Amino acid sequence: MQQPNSVSCSELMLRETASQTAGPYVHIGLALHVAGLPKRDEELWNQMARPEAEGEHIEVIGKVIDGNGDLVRDALLEAWQTDAHGEYQPEYDQHKPFNSFGRTATTAEGDSEWSLITVKPGAVALSNGRVMAPHINLAIFARGINIHLQTRLYFEDEAEANAACPVLNAIESPARRQTLIAKREEVDGKVRYRLDIRLQGEGETVFFDF
Amino acid sequence: MQDNNKRALNKRYVERDRDWHPPAYAPGYKTSVARSPSQALVSLWNPTASELMGPDFRKLRMGPHDNDLLLNHRDAEKPGLPVGERIIMFGRVLDQFGKPVPHTLVEMWQANAGGRYRHKKDAYLAPLDPNFGGVGRCLTDEDGWYRFRTIKPGPYPWGNGINTWRPAHIHVSVMGPAISTRLITQMYFEGDPLIPLCPIVQTLNDQEAVETMTARLDMARSRPMDSLAYRFDIVVRGELQTYFENQ
Repeated sequence: MQQPNSVSCSELMLRETASQTAGPYVHIGLALHVAGLPKRDEELWNQMARPEAEGEHIEVIGKVIDGNGDLVRDALLEAWQTDAHGEYQPEYDQHKPFNSFGRTATTAEGDSEWSLITVKPGAVALSNGRVMAPHINLAIFARGINIHLQTRLYFEDEAEANAACPVLNAIESPARRQTLIAKREEVDGKVRYRLDIRLQGEGETVFFDF
Repeated sequence: MQDNNKRALNKRYVERDRDWHPPAYAPGYKTSVARSPSQALVSLWNPTASELMGPDFRKLRMGPHDNDLLLNHRDAEKPGLPVGERIIMFGRVLDQFGKPVPHTLVEMWQANAGGRYRHKKDAYLAPLDPNFGGVGRCLTDEDGWYRFRTIKPGPYPWGNGINTWRPAHIHVSVMGPAISTRLITQMYFEGDPLIPLCPIVQTLNDQEAVETMTARLDMARSRPMDSLAYRFDIVVRGELQTYFENQ
């Protein structure tokens, strides 16, 4: 029931174009080599940090799991994070040591893990004096996902920062906060963080609306 | 505080109407059943630089034919033009207040004229076209316009039901100014009788929302004796200035 003095938003503005699933062939458009297409000069992919980038070099990996406990083998993920100093670098340039944006996909065969080659992001100061713990924003697109799912990945060895992070604390259930915390591993002397994303059911990952 | 991050502080985006977009759980589209969260989304009513900023792709190096699907995938043996109806797909990226979104990345992918994708996983019996890859990308210009040249994709069957067919469609991905505006959609063609029959289209509750995904034939911009033109404007979330810091 419309209030007499209110204006419905559609009278003031255009409606956002509606979302549709990226579908099973998303790779043709956004991950050409996965589809079996030749790469173009520059593709947006998973190497966010080159060896000369400042900060702690890490790999971030994980699986995507559906409500039946099965692997989602056709997911595409987009990552967005700060550099090691907690600063976003919007200007994407493949010749720079570090880019804030990256893409990755789960694999059709084997363990079906997505992976990002990056540096550990820094904490982000907010203007109210509070500090967000280091994190990576992730968007998940796939067949059967009608509008992309938005989540964040945090780091288990940042316990103090995580406990104070206003966004983690916006999740009412302390148990559910744990679904965003990636576990640290060391493999051949290299640091790796692992976070499995569970789309539905037990241990379901927290997804955000913003 | 970090300089780059400050630029985002006074920005807000119009709330995304989740009843307008398709719900995660849409049982008519069977794959969504096990891939939809059962818990509620957690609302970030006070978004941060993490959501209010996004990548700027002006320095992404593109090839000369990245937005021309008639030319960007040639058969090495017998180079020629792809088979199918030659079309120009063009339009504007605007925000909800009608403000053009300049220099933003628009990417698209599609099946060929027979409804077959050049993808390892697509085994539909329609043949691949040796001169068609099915992928394009470009940046919008100063005024938010984008354009692609391609062929009209064919409809194709899929396993959702006994006899379900996708209407002709082109997948379209747009970044917009921030992570908050990121959107992937599908563009359909005006007048296609398969649109109302499609379970993926039917994930939307509102016929008006379907209209936002339907390209219109534009005879004025069609090229005589060459290509028909279809116009598809993309609307991303509107940007609000708040003038107050409250983070």
